Amino acid sequence: MSIDKETIKHVAHLARIELQPNELEKLFGELHEILGFIDKLSILNVEQVKPTSHILPISNVLREDAPHVSLGSDKALENAPSKKGNFFSVPKIIE
Amino acid sequence: MELNQLTAHELLEKLRAQQTTPEAILDSLYARIQKIDPKVKAYVRGQADRTPTEDRHACFLLGLPITIKDNICTEGLPTECCSKILQGFRPPYDATVINKLKKSGGVIFPLKANMDEFAFGSSTENSYFGPTRNPWNLDYVPGGSSGGSAAAVASDEAIWALGSDTGGSIRQPASFCGVVGLKPTYGRISRFGLIAFASSLDQIGPITKDVQDAAILTGLISGYDPGDSTSVNQDVPDYTKSLTGDIKNLKIGIPKEYFIAGMDTEVKMIIQEAVNKLKNLGALTSPVSLPHTEYAVPVYYIIATAEASSNLARFDGVQYGYRASSDNLIQMYKLTRAQGFGQEAKRRIILGTFVLSHGYYDAYYLRALKVRTLIKQDFDKVFGDFDCIVAPTSPTSAFKIGERAQDPLSMYLSDIYTISVNLAGIPAISIPCGFTKKGLPVGLQIMAKPFNEALLFRVAHTFEQNTDWHKLKPSL
Repeated sequence: MSIDKETIKHVAHLARIELQPNELEKLFGELHEILGFIDKLSILNVEQVKPTSHILPISNVLREDAPHVSLGSDKALENAPSKKGNFFSVPKIIE
Repeated sequence: MELNQLTAHELLEKLRAQQTTPEAILDSLYARIQKIDPKVKAYVRGQADRTPTEDRHACFLLGLPITIKDNICTEGLPTECCSKILQGFRPPYDATVINKLKKSGGVIFPLKANMDEFAFGSSTENSYFGPTRNPWNLDYVPGGSSGGSAAAVASDEAIWALGSDTGGSIRQPASFCGVVGLKPTYGRISRFGLIAFASSLDQIGPITKDVQDAAILTGLISGYDPGDSTSVNQDVPDYTKSLTGDIKNLKIGIPKEYFIAGMDTEVKMIIQEAVNKLKNLGALTSPVSLPHTEYAVPVYYIIATAEASSNLARFDGVQYGYRASSDNLIQMYKLTRAQGFGQEAKRRIILGTFVLSHGYYDAYYLRALKVRTLIKQDFDKVFGDFDCIVAPTSPTSAFKIGERAQDPLSMYLSDIYTISVNLAGIPAISIPCGFTKKGLPVGLQIMAKPFNEALLFRVAHTFEQNTDWHKLKPSL
């Protein structure tokens, strides 16, 4: 399996990355080579193998439903590139 | 010897005996950094305010400074993952490991160590701040991604350091710089406050001048943390008690797949000599097989990029760091990420998004998770009969700056011997075991069952105490 330029453009859009035409050209070559290398996996028969998404035998870790002190809004907003009052500020979403 | 040249345990003895002070140790570090860091570039962002050593004198570490990789959150101190997209970020909280070190009386060194952007790389060339250089030869890379931490320790610009390891990012630079580096068991150390790359693989670990320091530092930062649901609630032993110097009748497996064609012949000879040394010290070695080794790199570049593409979605110019200007929200995201991420980060995010996307998920991501199972089973099988596995850390010694920068695949292959360990979640240590004719260090990797760090320290320490490699210093 491989990848074409249209797919790279589409995936870059999904990943919210604006690509320059020269970047697209370069990525096309690199991804083509990397995916060719990755295709090595297709020779293995893995039909009966269970996937490992995580190495530890744990799932659904819960914590006590007890209140605790969280970061205040002042601190949470300290690093914001743009803020208004107690909020993060972004370009207008609704036309 | 100057104070900055000593190990942490030597300095702790001096501090306890009141033969020196934390201030004097910091002075010697700053003097060394001022003199040689313009050449080595282990640290980023230049001079910072000196951290006051305040009330830490009463605790175990007695005010001893520790160098931290730029992807571990330090309250109030810049933490940018050496990326433009986190420009100016000062975390409002400390990572759990930082908290633990402060509580133990440690001082967080205010300069942070260089790294490949978001830990994406094996040479520290992908840093937004430019590459770190190998202290043994400034034309060579220090390895990566924790290249700043390893170079700082090797050049005595740090007493000891923390790095992070997702596919070899502690062990490979430790090997290239001739120092000790441990990738602990997945879940041994809290990842809370480690800026995530691949959450099922990342672990924080020590980079030190000798094994005893690695054992001390690992003990201080290990343990369960409610802030990280994947940290494991298991007792932390006193790792320094495992340094017995006895490896008689220990069963060591030597995986044949780690001595393949394409491996540097000089490295191969050095590793074979090291294995003979372990045999002379009483260990029983025999060849073993980890048959799925050749699939580890492709599996890794699917799983790690998939997880990274998801983890790095948070860098969108809204809550922290760099923001590009645009009137349109989507365009603001796209420009911020286009301008804020370096080439390797973009490549990995796009590859990771691709392998997770509709129509490709089963062929790539799901298949990789299944092969990950096979890789883990290889280790389980060998550890049924053997105490540990010994292999090279990397197929070559350090390569030249620029040599692999334009060829991502050849860069990825320098982690061919370290990646399986992360996929299987087991612990592994790299220790110095020799030098090439060019004077570049070579690392020996020792791997063990989950939560068997104590055994790694015992084997590594025994080898170290019967060799002199860890005592050699680069001339800078």
